[in-house]
Amino acid sequence: MSAAQAMGWLLAFITRLITGAQGHWKGSPPKAEQRIYFANHQSHFDWVLIWAALPHDLRAQTRPIAARDYWTSSRFKAWLTHEVFNAVYVSRQRSADEDPLEPLVEALQSGDSLVIFPEGTRSNKGEPQAFKAGLYHLAEQFPGVPLIPVWIDNVQRVMPKGEVVPVPILCTATFGAPIQLAPGEDKRAFLERARAAVIEQRPVIT
Amino acid sequence: MNWLAELTTNEQVSALFVTLFGALLLVTAVAVLLSVRDSSDARSERRARFRRDLRAVWVGAVVFWLAWISGATGATIVVGFFAFFALREFITLAHTRRGDHRSLILAFFIVLPLQFAFVGTRSFDLFSVFIPVYVFLAIPVVSALAGDPERFLERNAKIQWGIMVCVYGLSHLPALLLLQLPRYGERGAFLIFFLVIVAAGAQIVQELASRRLRRRPVARHIDRSFSYRAWAAGVAAAAVLGAALWWITPFDPMRAAAMAALAGGAGTLGDLVMRALKKDAGVRWWGNRSSVTGAVGLLDRVAPLCFAAPVFFHSVRWYFRVAG
Repeated sequence: MSAAQAMGWLLAFITRLITGAQGHWKGSPPKAEQRIYFANHQSHFDWVLIWAALPHDLRAQTRPIAARDYWTSSRFKAWLTHEVFNAVYVSRQRSADEDPLEPLVEALQSGDSLVIFPEGTRSNKGEPQAFKAGLYHLAEQFPGVPLIPVWIDNVQRVMPKGEVVPVPILCTATFGAPIQLAPGEDKRAFLERARAAVIEQRPVIT
Repeated sequence: MNWLAELTTNEQVSALFVTLFGALLLVTAVAVLLSVRDSSDARSERRARFRRDLRAVWVGAVVFWLAWISGATGATIVVGFFAFFALREFITLAHTRRGDHRSLILAFFIVLPLQFAFVGTRSFDLFSVFIPVYVFLAIPVVSALAGDPERFLERNAKIQWGIMVCVYGLSHLPALLLLQLPRYGERGAFLIFFLVIVAAGAQIVQELASRRLRRRPVARHIDRSFSYRAWAAGVAAAAVLGAALWWITPFDPMRAAAMAALAGGAGTLGDLVMRALKKDAGVRWWGNRSSVTGAVGLLDRVAPLCFAAPVFFHSVRWYFRVAG
């Protein structure tokens, strides 16, 4: 076992110990096919939680998106994102001649699954903010790839902004039924529908 | 029972486990055979529930056995993890705020390990007062320093309660295993077995009695089945069970019955309190209902023990006036 594999195993174990990392597959079964998961974003912990909630054999081909400037700034960060999580790097500063979605398109063309947070930034107001257009463009370019909405619950209580030690609290990731871009669907309508699909997965305590 | 008395302690405990697992195997075999025979829809709900309970008993028995073979340290660590999971479940449903973060870290990563360390080192005096005295002060101090006055008493009460029930209550299980009583030696495993059997017996009989008696519930908004008569039936059943099992305890039959009644009564009342807490949190049981994978509901299973174990432990200790 390589150091990166061991690290991945350790991180998944700790995440399960702290949060339970329960994956609830409501609308779609866990399946080894190419997918785009899109989820609400409340904490740095979100990606690790989704990743730990995935069955072990889906983890290798499911990749996160990482900001290049931040996640390659030290050797450890670069090792963690590149070797352990196999992240897709994007640059935050947009230069004129570069399409910011280019790395994502490349990853999808090579058959990998992606996890994206279409809000673009973390929010802790309960309801997710309006989605950015990236999801729409990916849906347009890859009509065959199922888009799976995911609601991540409780994570903001595990590690609020500014704290370093996580508190053990049960979290769930609920995976809903795939959505697709309807023919001729307006960009804004699609993004609003996608956001509603994520909110729909929120568990209700009865 | 003479031949049993002649065995060494270790052999007696082994005999206990052989009996326990033998009985479980028998029950499981009968359950499997019955499930093959009838398949009416009306019974499937009850059967599913029974199967869930049976699985929980199996898990409990295996954990008990693992705790025994891994010795004092191992047993303490195993129960420590259970306390961790139970507290995690409790805190998940008690709505805490941002300002509670540090208090929760204190509870999970300092109080919990320390409490179990005191058990493992048999520091029973410190172990008895650590949480009710020292932690009782420490938690609100840490909370106050976080500077959030909103619902301060309520938030702190919830954390204190979680610690008392999940950590303090459960830590009495390994403590029973490690308690050394005069003329009883290292037979703590029998005391735990005794406690679990009488607490479970009281619970089951109370449940059955409430179904048969159909009395007016005392507190219908908390538990539709709880009535004084059903509760008394549960306590009486615990006493009878305790008297029947007196030979595995350090007591004579009368005292064994009294101890069992005490433990059974505390367990069933504790369960009632837990139901009230769940109603307050707005859930029917602690496990996540919508869960497809890994619904635990651990707190549901251990709640009666969380209350019965400290009462039983301190009664035993007081009875023998054992020091340290």
